[in-house]
Amino acid sequence: MRAWAVMRKELVSYFSGPLVYVVVGVFLTVTGYQFYTTLQGYVQIGFGMNILDNFWQEFFVQHIGRYLLIVVPLFTMRLLAEERRLGTIELLYTYPLRDSEIMLGKFAACLTVFLVFLGGTLLYPAIVYWLQPFDPAPFIARYLGAILFLASCIACGLFISSLTDSQVVASSCTLVILLLFWIVTWNEAAVNSSLLTALSQLSTFDHFWAFSRGVIDLKDVTYFVLFIAFFLFLTLRSMDSRQWRGRR
Amino acid sequence: MITVENLVKEFGSTRAVDHVSFSVQPGEILGLLGPNGSGKTTIMRVLTGFFPPTEGRVAIDGLDVGEHSLEVRQRIGYLPENVVLYPDLTVRRFLTFCAEVKGIASARRRGRLDEVMTACGLTEVAHKLIGQLSKGYRQRVGIAQAIIHEPRVLVLDEPTVGLDPGQIVDIRSLIKSLGGSTTVLLSTHILPEVSMTCERVIIIDYGRIIAEDTAEGLTLRLRGSEETRVRIVGTHAEVLDAVRSLPGVDAVREEGAVEGVVTLVTRSVRGDALRRDLAALVVGKGWDLLEIRPLPMSLEDLFVRLVHEDREGTA
Repeated sequence: MRAWAVMRKELVSYFSGPLVYVVVGVFLTVTGYQFYTTLQGYVQIGFGMNILDNFWQEFFVQHIGRYLLIVVPLFTMRLLAEERRLGTIELLYTYPLRDSEIMLGKFAACLTVFLVFLGGTLLYPAIVYWLQPFDPAPFIARYLGAILFLASCIACGLFISSLTDSQVVASSCTLVILLLFWIVTWNEAAVNSSLLTALSQLSTFDHFWAFSRGVIDLKDVTYFVLFIAFFLFLTLRSMDSRQWRGRR
Repeated sequence: MITVENLVKEFGSTRAVDHVSFSVQPGEILGLLGPNGSGKTTIMRVLTGFFPPTEGRVAIDGLDVGEHSLEVRQRIGYLPENVVLYPDLTVRRFLTFCAEVKGIASARRRGRLDEVMTACGLTEVAHKLIGQLSKGYRQRVGIAQAIIHEPRVLVLDEPTVGLDPGQIVDIRSLIKSLGGSTTVLLSTHILPEVSMTCERVIIIDYGRIIAEDTAEGLTLRLRGSEETRVRIVGTHAEVLDAVRSLPGVDAVREEGAVEGVVTLVTRSVRGDALRRDLAALVVGKGWDLLEIRPLPMSLEDLFVRLVHEDREGTA
């Protein structure tokens, strides 16, 4: 399987540099601190009827989700932009590889890196479970939501990375787009209610929020799957543009 | 094995390759010779399927490069110009990736890796990061990735550029050893390189083929050099006048000034015929001849002449 070979090559590149280790370290430190302080807040003040579920919902979206969103562009920016800048894209495009195999290999490698991030966050429910056992089933939905959300962010970042040979441009544009999808419904007062309903259909935040209640809704799964498919399709079109564009 | 018919490649309004046609027989080593920016790399990139031609047809082994892209790419080993590889992979890891992608069965992969690394002299740097290698070693890794799947066609873009003389000899003998079983197309802007490695040469300039010749033919053309260097023992003014008055001498240039020895470089389209006259002149006057030799033609000279011949032909 050739996509598998591309994925392994990407993973070796990721893990041979310091980026993954440093960012995972920073991420776990920051979310660890947030975990402690937010949990303290909920325990002492208590919000709503089901304090612990409310805590997990906020923690998953506002902390894990938000920090990962900021981190994603750091890992997607190099995927195709660096190949173009180095010139190694010429090797890939002249090897017997389909564009889709290159794309899927890179996408899967980046997603694997983020499974390491998510793997680290398993520590938090584990600590709470150790103090006070609870039903772990809702976490299936929360983690599925997190994986789908991350895959969406990566697909978007991969597409942006295919457009430029500058990693700085790739990461900043990706961040802008991801943030836009994230905050699009935040100011409810600024738009009328029918527009708000329409916008919330587009919002990554709202769909991830639904997952982190601990419920898997087909509507939210479909949203993320379409989001991923859309950006992967655009990536393929962008890679294929060498067929009709000038240089590179 | 390689067929190129009326290849045209345009980038916007610039035409990088202009109606180029040639073919390479199985097992042949063909050289593409031309100055920088003459369209060699563009031809190779079309051949390897990196981008499609604007017009014309390119086929490898009878398969059209555009229609059967994957099959063609499977048959080709390609060393790009200024070979750039993944700096954060080790040599072995990178070549493993190449072997996997090029579909070498896992059972054969280890053995083939060892073979290629031995052939390219990479065994001792197998576990070094490519980013830490010298230019010469990186070039060898580039060749290793091109030949790893034993391709039937090898496309090498400036394979010896940036190497030191010892390494150049190694790479050339490696390329020659592949000839016979592998069809090789290589590009260069170094004149002696083609006569040393290639059986046939295509000379291109501004995206057009201006000459096609065998290596021997090219060497002959070079021998018919326009410049001749003579060193004669004699009176300065007398020698200079006599040489200047020979028929067909366009220019005479003086070199060096050793007492009693006149060193001149003559330029004439008569080439060998002028050298005969020069020798006769020296003998007739009773001077001593210390040296007479045609100066090796530079690529620039060859081009001036070929472009000249080309224009004469079309006019």
